[in-house]
Amino acid sequence: MPKIADQDEVRLTAGRALLLGMSLVLTLTLAAAVLSLPEDQPRLAQVALERLPESGVGNAVTAVLLNFRGYDTLLEVAVLLLAIIGIWSVARTARVWIKRPDTPILRAFVRFVVPLMPIMAGYLLWIGADETGGAFQGGAVLGGMGILWIAAAVWLPQRGGRALLRPLLAIGLLAFLIAATWMLLARGNFFEYPPEQAKDIILIIEGAAMLSIGATLALLFVGGAPQKEESS
Amino acid sequence: MIGSAVLYALGGVALFGMGLYALLAYPNLLRKILGMNVMGTGAFTILIAAAYRGSDAAPDPVPHALVITGIVVSVCATGLALSLAVRIQAVTGAAYLTPDEEDAP
Amino acid sequence: MTTVLPLIIVVPILAAVGAFVLPRWSFPVALVGSLATVGLAVALAIEATATGAVRHTIGGWRAPLGIDLVLDGLALVMVLLTALIGLAITLYGRGYFGRAAPETEKGRQAVYFWALWMFLWAALNALFLSGDVFNLYVTLELLGFSAVALTALADKPNVLKAAMRYLIVSLSGSLMYLTGVAFLYGGFGVLDIAQLSSLTRETPALAVAAALMTAGLAMKTALFPLHFWLPPAHANAAAPVSALLSALVVKGSFYILLRLWLEVLYPLAGTFVPQVISLLGVGAIVWGSLQAIRQTRLKLLIAYSTVAQLGYLFVLIPILALERDNTLVLGGVICFVLAHASAKAAAFLSAGNILQALNDDKLSKLDGLMRALPLTVTAFGLAGLSLVALPPSGGFVAKWLMLDVAISRGYWGLTVVIVGGGLLAAVYVMRVMGRLFKQAAQPEVLSALKPVPRVMEFSAFGLALLAIGLGFAGVYVLRLLEIGARAVAGGG
Repeated sequence: MPKIADQDEVRLTAGRALLLGMSLVLTLTLAAAVLSLPEDQPRLAQVALERLPESGVGNAVTAVLLNFRGYDTLLEVAVLLLAIIGIWSVARTARVWIKRPDTPILRAFVRFVVPLMPIMAGYLLWIGADETGGAFQGGAVLGGMGILWIAAAVWLPQRGGRALLRPLLAIGLLAFLIAATWMLLARGNFFEYPPEQAKDIILIIEGAAMLSIGATLALLFVGGAPQKEESS
Repeated sequence: MIGSAVLYALGGVALFGMGLYALLAYPNLLRKILGMNVMGTGAFTILIAAAYRGSDAAPDPVPHALVITGIVVSVCATGLALSLAVRIQAVTGAAYLTPDEEDAP
Repeated sequence: MTTVLPLIIVVPILAAVGAFVLPRWSFPVALVGSLATVGLAVALAIEATATGAVRHTIGGWRAPLGIDLVLDGLALVMVLLTALIGLAITLYGRGYFGRAAPETEKGRQAVYFWALWMFLWAALNALFLSGDVFNLYVTLELLGFSAVALTALADKPNVLKAAMRYLIVSLSGSLMYLTGVAFLYGGFGVLDIAQLSSLTRETPALAVAAALMTAGLAMKTALFPLHFWLPPAHANAAAPVSALLSALVVKGSFYILLRLWLEVLYPLAGTFVPQVISLLGVGAIVWGSLQAIRQTRLKLLIAYSTVAQLGYLFVLIPILALERDNTLVLGGVICFVLAHASAKAAAFLSAGNILQALNDDKLSKLDGLMRALPLTVTAFGLAGLSLVALPPSGGFVAKWLMLDVAISRGYWGLTVVIVGGGLLAAVYVMRVMGRLFKQAAQPEVLSALKPVPRVMEFSAFGLALLAIGLGFAGVYVLRLLEIGARAVAGGG
């Protein structure tokens, strides 16, 4: 193994002092600019809150994420899928779960807490329309569930279910694309939901996105593409 | 900007500067990746601070939505960077970038 | 009214998803996606030339609340360029990766290549059409991630290290850009470029945003002296990836930089910042050319040539920021983008063919290849012609326009640099051509060459013809840039 310690030292050398000085100057300049920001600048808050009733949801952040700026979120869900594709192409094998910490505490935790997690995720998704919550929060819970499963060897991708992984990772992005394109063809504008159905459409998209986000987060933990048992 | 929002924005600026320093100064890839995460957190904090203006006005939802997007992108970036770092350590045996080998086409 | 505009982003994303979910069908899916995207680009060109600039309000909300897609002349030219080069890359990629099954290492790489390349194409289209500074951040990340993953595909130590350097530069550049966005929003309260355009004034927030965004984007565009990451990444990647990186990816971040200085940061046109950018461009031309002349490997030579040629894109920024309405100045820069993209893609694809045949790209091994690979060598020669900017070629027209701008405004130093840069390019191009046309020192090497699929030779040659053909298309490019020129100048 290499001597990582040699490269890991953090002693202040002349070069680092120079970098430190440069970072300080940048920080102070940015701080001065922060202090100069106007106090009463008109913002997007007014118009976002004014038009909130047309968005189909009551939570202003959800309205921005899924309706007003839903296109940003589409690209963001694309980034998630892209990250998995990139990681699978770089990392040759998935090997995290080989050293699984198979303890009684973890087992019990998995048995009693994990069954509650899909319910919690669904609740976060549902409540996200009007209160704090949403697809990302729900997806994070699902991702945590997946990691617990893998850590406790309840479910291992190399044992089965691999054929479902790719569609599961892609379904959130596909739901976004289909809904947005459908609205484009039906109503003339990409993402233009009819106000009376906006909430239903948003919930369906968020549900699909939540599944993909959960799967993505759990598989980010794993590393590479799950393969058959003998090759891992 | 006023009141506590300024403090948050200044905190964000400080995080940005610290992250940048760590990114530039240390060769270890994990430190660099952590540095980028700290930088990102700084950028998000500055954005969130921009949502609070005036004590009685409702917070602006737009920066919050932008930051959620930014956090997801940052998680993806970290995952990609870590897997690349792991692969580099597997291939070159080092957790930092060694000089290039000569003569490889 | 218009329905095609978002589809040019949707279709390549769908192709990327399809290539990933159906690994056995990844090439057919990518081919259909490529052809459909090219078709959509042509449809957009017809639409925009008939009706003028197109603004699509996503969700029907309209900026500032929603995000608008904007197709003006500048965006259209970039989308068309990407379509032409993209089609050639797809065809080349078929020859390069072949028909290996997904279970083999080569087939595995092919699946990821097709999915990542389609994502990259979608990212470029989304970037060119975006009218929102935050949305541009997301497109930048899509572009950066797909480019880095494509670089790492070759999986050799040098390539992985180059990909890591590239990722670090790309991510920190994006974060600097994002912090600039935060200052723009804090200072002016909107994210839409056209609206920012009518609001920006010379304030500390704008200055800081300009510094952060310019520095971040310049890093991503490999502007001297922040170019250190580019040569190893571009030279060590797989041939179709090298072509993509040099021809298109660096142009993405440059395009944002250009738009920002034209539409948002122009109140700072009179400060020293644009002058510094221009000076660094001069530094890039000189340093990159000298490095290219010193190289002993073909792909590294082409990569350093990219460092040099990118310099030309930056030298006119001060004039552009002052004369935002002047399509002639913009035309010079954009003609250069087109000429460099097509010539550099042709050069990297030709180099890929040579590498495939020889299994080596040392200049000393290239003697006499003209006899063995006439089509590939001709393609490289035509691309070289455009890089040196000899008539008739796209490079010549671009430099002609740029020289006209520099001379008419009395920038004599710049005039000398533009002409001198062409002479330096002639030196490095001739170093390669001299070898290729030489009598082979070891004829037995030529008879042991590995075969190169015809489609790889023809796609390199097609791009070289494009590089030359652009020499006759200067007027047409200028006419396209006129579309919605008021929108370019700030929403009118």
